Amino acid sequence: MKVLPVSYRLAVTSRVLAAVLGGYIVAALASVSLSLWASMPRADAVVTGMMTSFLAYLCAVIWCFACRSAWRAWLGLILTSLVLAVVSGLAYWMGHS
Amino acid sequence: MKEGFRQAMAWLHTWAGLIFGWLLFAIFLTGTLAYFKDEISHWMQPEIPARSVSSEASLTLAQNYLQQHAAGASRWLIDLPDAREPGLSVRWQQSPAKRGERGQFTEKLLDPQTGAEVQGRETTGGEFFYRFHFQLQMPYPWGRWLSTIAAMVMFVALISGIITHKKIFKDFFTFRPRKGQRSWLDGHNAVGVLVLPFHLMITYSSLVIFMSMVMPASILASYNCDVRAFFDEVFPASSTPELAGKPAQLAPLAPLLERAREQWSGGRVGRLTVNHPGDAHASVVLVRDGADRVVHDFGSAVTFNGVTGHLLATTPEQSLPRAIAGSFYGLHMGHFAGPVLRWLYFICGLAGTAMIGTGLVVWLGKRQLKHAKSGVMPFELRLVEVLNIAGMSGLMVAVAAFFWANRLLPVDVAGRADWEVNSFFIVWGLSVLHAMARRGRAAWVEQLALAALLFGAVPVLNALTTPYHLGITLVQGDWAMAGFDLTCLGSGLFFAWAAWKMQRSGTAEAVIRQRAQPITPEREVN
Repeated sequence: MKVLPVSYRLAVTSRVLAAVLGGYIVAALASVSLSLWASMPRADAVVTGMMTSFLAYLCAVIWCFACRSAWRAWLGLILTSLVLAVVSGLAYWMGHS
Repeated sequence: MKEGFRQAMAWLHTWAGLIFGWLLFAIFLTGTLAYFKDEISHWMQPEIPARSVSSEASLTLAQNYLQQHAAGASRWLIDLPDAREPGLSVRWQQSPAKRGERGQFTEKLLDPQTGAEVQGRETTGGEFFYRFHFQLQMPYPWGRWLSTIAAMVMFVALISGIITHKKIFKDFFTFRPRKGQRSWLDGHNAVGVLVLPFHLMITYSSLVIFMSMVMPASILASYNCDVRAFFDEVFPASSTPELAGKPAQLAPLAPLLERAREQWSGGRVGRLTVNHPGDAHASVVLVRDGADRVVHDFGSAVTFNGVTGHLLATTPEQSLPRAIAGSFYGLHMGHFAGPVLRWLYFICGLAGTAMIGTGLVVWLGKRQLKHAKSGVMPFELRLVEVLNIAGMSGLMVAVAAFFWANRLLPVDVAGRADWEVNSFFIVWGLSVLHAMARRGRAAWVEQLALAALLFGAVPVLNALTTPYHLGITLVQGDWAMAGFDLTCLGSGLFFAWAAWKMQRSGTAEAVIRQRAQPITPEREVN
C-alpha cells in the first residue's frame, strides 16, 4: 500500500471540515435569505427555506470535493456565505426599519 | 484528489458510504420493519384480539369506561382502533397537584367489543423498531441528531453515487452473476437504480421531518429567536375554554364522529381528547387519522363543546409549502398505504438495506483482493470485516432474538419489555465478539445459519407458546399474525440460502482467487 503524504491527508481533512461545517453555514444562510425574501406568509417562507436548505448543503458538499484544491473549496464557501449574509442582512434590516 | 469530477464523486461516495454504512444499514432495516409496526405489535401481543368494530361502538364503550373510572380527570385521551391496530386505548390525566406541573397519566387497553380491560403482555412491540429507526436508543435529542446526520450523509452518498455511475440505464441491464466482486458491484448498482425514486424520496423526506430541529436558522431570523412563536403559528393550538367549575353532563361522544367526517369530507377520526370532562366548559377535540391521504396535516382537528355539542373551532386548511412538507412526511411514514402498497414500501426498504449492505461488501472485497495471497489482513480491513459481519448478519440475529425473547420470557417477569430490548442488544453485542473470534467467512456462515434457524423456527415457536399458530390464523384470516409467521419463515429460508452460498463460495474461493482480476478504479467509474 502506497503511503500518502501528510499534506494530502491534511488537505482531505480540510475539505471534510469545509464540507461539514462550511456547508452547514451556507445551507443555514441560504434558508435565512430565502425565508426573508420570499413573498409568502412568514411561517410558509420559513418552511420553504428549511426544506430547500438541504439542497444548498448538498451542493456545498459536492463543491468541496469537486474543486481543485482545499483552498478553493474554502474560498468558494466563504464567498457564498458572505453574499448570502449580506442578502439576508439586507432583508432583515429592511424588515425591521 | 487531483482527478476529474466523477473520480472525486466516486471518492466521496466510497468514504461517506463506508463510514456511515453500518449505521445506515441498521436505520434502513429497522425503518423497513417499522412499516409493519402495528402487525409486529399484534404478533407480540397476541392476547389483544383483532376485531372489526365500528368507531362509534368503540367510542361509546370508551366513554362508559372513562365515566366510571376517571370521572374526575382533567383530560381524557381516546385512541380509536383501526384495521391495523386493534386495541382501543384510553388514557387519562389527573389534575396536577400544582399549577404548571404535568398531571399523572394512566393508560388502559380495552377490548373494543366488550369494553373490558385487556392485559396484553408487557412489550414494546413494533414500536421498538420504529423508535430505534430515528432515536437509535440514545437519549433525546442525540439519537435524532445522529440519525438526521446519517440521512444527510445518505443524501450525499446517493447523489455522488448517481454522478459516479453515469450510465445508469445501460449498466442496469448488465448483471454479471457468479463473477465474485463484479456481481456484488452489479447488484449494488441494480438495486440502487431500481428503487432510486424511493431512495431519493425516503432520504430527502427524513431531512424534512427533522428540519426545524437541525436547520432552525430561518426560524430564529424570522421570529426573533422565538421558536415557540413559529410552532404556535404552524400548529395553531385549538384554544379550549378554561374550567368553569360548574358540573354538567357530558354529551354522548359517538355522534361527534359523524360530524367530524362531514367536516373532512369523509376523513376518519384517529384520536379524541376530552378536556375537563364533567364540567360545564368541557370540550372535545377530534384529531384526524392521517391514514386516509398522502399529505400529512399535523393537528388537523375539529373542536366541539362537550356539553352542547356546538362546533367551537376547526383548524385552517394547509398552505402549499406546508402541504409539501406534510406530503414528504406522509410519504416517508406511509400511513396511507394499503396492504399492497405497504408491501411495496417494505420491499423498497429491503432494497435500500441491500444496497447499503452490498456497498459495504464491495468496499471490503476490492481491498481484500490485494491481500488474498498473503492471507493476512491489515487491521483496518479486519475492522471493516468484523463490523460488516456484526452490522449485517449480527443485526438479523438480534432482530430474531427480540422476537424469541417476546415468546420465551415469562409473562409476569418484572421489566419484561426492557428485557426484550436488552436481549436484542446483548445478542447484537455477542455477534461482534463472535465475528472477532472467528475468521471472516466462517463468521458469516455461522451467523447467517443462526439467523436462518431462529427466523425459520418462529412459526414453530409461536405454535408452541401461544394458541395462535398458522393452522388457526390462516383459517381465521388473521393476516397480520399469519403474515408475520410466514414472513419469518421466508426470511429463514433466505438466510439459509445465503449461508449456503457463502459456504460454497468459500470452498471455491481458491479457484476464483486465481481467476479474479482486481477491479481497477477506472473500471468502477465507467
